Amino acid sequence: MKQFLSFVRKEFHHIFRDRTTMAILLILPVLMLLLFGYAINTEVKNSKIAVYDPSNDSYTRAIIEKMDASEYFSVVKMLKNEQEMSEQFKNGEVKMVIAFSENFHENLLHTGDAQIALIADATDPNSAKSVVNYATAIIAGYQMESQHLQQIPFQINTQIKLLYNPQMKGAYNFVPGVMGMILMLICAMMTSISIAREKEMGTMEVLLVSPVKPAMLIIAKTIPYFFLSLINLTTILLISVFVLGVPVVGSLFWLLVLSLVYIFVNLSLGLVISSVVNNQQTALLISGMVLMLPVIMLSGLMFPIENMPVFFQWISQLIPAKWYIIGVKKIMIKGLGFSAIIPQLTVLSGMAVLLVAISIKKFKYRLE
Amino acid sequence: MKKVIEVENLTKAFGRFKAVDQISFEVEKGEIFGFLGANGAGKTTAMRMLCGLSIPTSGKAIVAGYDIRTQPEMIKKNIGYMSQKFALYEDLSVAENIRFYAGIYQVPEIEIAPRTLELLNRLGLENEKDSLVKALPLGWKQKLAFSVAIFHHPGIVFLDEPTGGVDPVTRRQFWEMIYEATDSGITVFVTTHYMDEAEYCDRVSIMVDGKIAALDTPANLKKKFEANNMDEVFYRLARNASRKAD
Amino acid sequence: MTLKYLLEKEFLQIKRNKFMPRMIFILPFVALALFPLVANFEVKDINLVVVDNDHSSFSARMVQKISSSGYFRLNKVSADYQTALYNIEQDDADVILEIAPGFEKNLMNFQPAGVLISTNTVNGMKGGLSSAYLSGIINDFSSEIRAEHLQNNSKLKANAIEIIPRYDYNPHLEYKYTMVPAILMMMLAMLSGFLPALNIVGEKEKGTIEQLNVTPVSKFTLILSKLIPYWVIGFIVLTICFLVAWMFYGMISAGGYLQIYLFAAVFVLAFSGLGLVISNYANTIQQAMFMMFFFVITFIFLSGLYTPVSSMPDWTQALSRISPLRYMIEVLRFIFLKGSNFFDLKWHFAALCGFAVLFNGWAVLSYRKTK
Repeated sequence: MKQFLSFVRKEFHHIFRDRTTMAILLILPVLMLLLFGYAINTEVKNSKIAVYDPSNDSYTRAIIEKMDASEYFSVVKMLKNEQEMSEQFKNGEVKMVIAFSENFHENLLHTGDAQIALIADATDPNSAKSVVNYATAIIAGYQMESQHLQQIPFQINTQIKLLYNPQMKGAYNFVPGVMGMILMLICAMMTSISIAREKEMGTMEVLLVSPVKPAMLIIAKTIPYFFLSLINLTTILLISVFVLGVPVVGSLFWLLVLSLVYIFVNLSLGLVISSVVNNQQTALLISGMVLMLPVIMLSGLMFPIENMPVFFQWISQLIPAKWYIIGVKKIMIKGLGFSAIIPQLTVLSGMAVLLVAISIKKFKYRLE
Repeated sequence: MKKVIEVENLTKAFGRFKAVDQISFEVEKGEIFGFLGANGAGKTTAMRMLCGLSIPTSGKAIVAGYDIRTQPEMIKKNIGYMSQKFALYEDLSVAENIRFYAGIYQVPEIEIAPRTLELLNRLGLENEKDSLVKALPLGWKQKLAFSVAIFHHPGIVFLDEPTGGVDPVTRRQFWEMIYEATDSGITVFVTTHYMDEAEYCDRVSIMVDGKIAALDTPANLKKKFEANNMDEVFYRLARNASRKAD
Repeated sequence: MTLKYLLEKEFLQIKRNKFMPRMIFILPFVALALFPLVANFEVKDINLVVVDNDHSSFSARMVQKISSSGYFRLNKVSADYQTALYNIEQDDADVILEIAPGFEKNLMNFQPAGVLISTNTVNGMKGGLSSAYLSGIINDFSSEIRAEHLQNNSKLKANAIEIIPRYDYNPHLEYKYTMVPAILMMMLAMLSGFLPALNIVGEKEKGTIEQLNVTPVSKFTLILSKLIPYWVIGFIVLTICFLVAWMFYGMISAGGYLQIYLFAAVFVLAFSGLGLVISNYANTIQQAMFMMFFFVITFIFLSGLYTPVSSMPDWTQALSRISPLRYMIEVLRFIFLKGSNFFDLKWHFAALCGFAVLFNGWAVLSYRKTK
């Protein structure tokens, strides 16, 4: 036991002496959370719009005023002719051009031939759709209002209820993702690199000939990273609750259980990788290819899995982070209980057992 | 004789630790100056200052007529340097390495090719001209590195433990190359751990704990410390050192 | 001209490196082939659960209209709201549409008829758009039946404004057109940032940098010799990327390619400069990787790659000005998709020049031949 503790102490020294890496490991989660939480935002507010209004009657002016007064739009330009319309998007300032047909009010009252073209800059498809949707709603609203009809026939009252995230903050979607990524980064990537470093420097050989049991040695290697990941987990949760305002709706206990299982999966994944590679460079490369890239691309952290081609959806099933992220969303955001995360817990535990088995097998093989 | 290195109270401190503590000495043109000391005695730090790689904390030194504090770039034009770490590019061929360093020291383009051939003939490496450096045995690499360091005919060449890890025969050949270099007027400033090599030097200084503990010809040093060889001289001086070897 | 020899050496080393030349050619293919398939924020095939408490012909017709809209996939019809909610909890459904009892009766009696849309907004963007689509379709439905039933009743007839949406530059609203230019620039940034940093730190670890420091080469020349090769590589990668974009997606720039190269020249210079700055502070490859990772991540998130800069909060928008990627991604999207010209983007150019001068100036100043 004493030997074991002295190994653990040595590992802690390794980590704490490398200040730069240490600082990055502690700051990175915070930075990523804040960036995800604030920079990834999907609200469309105060979009700048240009207006082409050849009619310039009371009706069109009222619509323009409505638009400008809403929180979604601000009218920055009145265009003089149709030619100007095509120039508006070139420097990216204006997001949408609203063009009225001629004699708008007149035609609306008599012939019914009144059009509004909503021309959106669709270089970003989703925000283009959003601005068009908002503008349509404002125009429709004004029309109802202007008809002075108290009782509109065949009216459907649509009530919208936004579940879990009524303010539609981007952070709700990304906090679980960042947790999945950071824990993976520290547990799997750092563990594999640190073991690879010992191999590269030849100190692993010295340790292996020492009377300490190899299994103890490996466990000692993982303990500091385990602690580091707990620190990160705590920081992430604190920031998400107190800074980003993403609450832990469900049970903190089950969130921790899920996280521990996930950490365990990643530590064993790190061990498996380290048993295959012999130097840091390869460890970095493999970690990058096998861990980072799939987690960033396919785990649902950034990109919705349901939009991916089926082939990638299959691959995503193999990524522990995917299961973890779904589980965290269920507990933390949706506030569901244990029964809801049984599938996620089962899959992750299965992965853990499998990876531990592989790493034990690999490790013995290496010693022979 | 003309003095090419003049050092006066040169000091380099890292925080409170004085790696080099007020050393003073002079080196004459054409000399082989041995710079000895245990690991951690401050040899490499002193040498790095003389090459203009490191700025002294205090004190003064003139190398090849230039002040190390104010004119390090002028010094760099007039010296050659071979570092402890092997510093040729492993992924370049022998000829490419020579061409590269020759070019950097502004050897005229038309001279490079013929002089490279001549050098390789002298070293017996004509067949290895296009081999990558990483394929060469260590001894050859060291000889090549030395030849590259003096390819541009510098006034002084600094050698930091040039023969570390090399077999005795190759070390012998290496020293023959050093003698050849001094014959053409190059001053050699060399650090070493091998006391037999110290005997080959014209004068030897021995550093202990950042200070120069002794400086004279090998013969005089042996006489002074009543020793049979340089090994004994070194041992008598170094055993009192307070700094631990690393 | 010592620069000539330094460059000769750099190119020889790149050529000899087993990994690098392959990466330069393979990376653009892999990234551009895979990324746009995965990086897709299109909101379509939304899983819908309907709780129909009315079971009338109107409610059936409305559901029919919704499921034929193309946006929604009618997954389940649940008996009650609780079951539907369970579907959302299990991620089997994204939206619940609950139709109130008496829906048809109310409609026929000119009373407002109620529907409730409950959306899973864990993913705010998807949630917002799906509820907007759904209420849009329901609105259309109500106008449709209104028109049908009131055809002969001119008193109540109201002329409707016809709203014609048009999506410029990307009429089918395909995400790949947005992502390809952005991914292209992200890759260029990573390559031109990481490679010089790794190169110099590699020389540090091997000890060859010290040998260079003791030569009379000026640090300006030295830095130039590290910049130029990656500048050239940047151009090669960019060209390959354009070919891939054309081969895989049939995308051809709407604006002039020469302009893109002009902007890219400054952009690559800026990022290589950043790589050099980092290499001056890092001592090991691992440190350099982590530092670079840190900056690249920050710049990417502030660049508007995922969501447009204009929908960020004000302070993040202000902060996004420190990301060179932000300018370059905009430049490429604008030139590539909209055919903007240099004068539309002159301030972007100025900003990129600023970054290039800042990072490279910093690199030269922080490089110490003498310590």
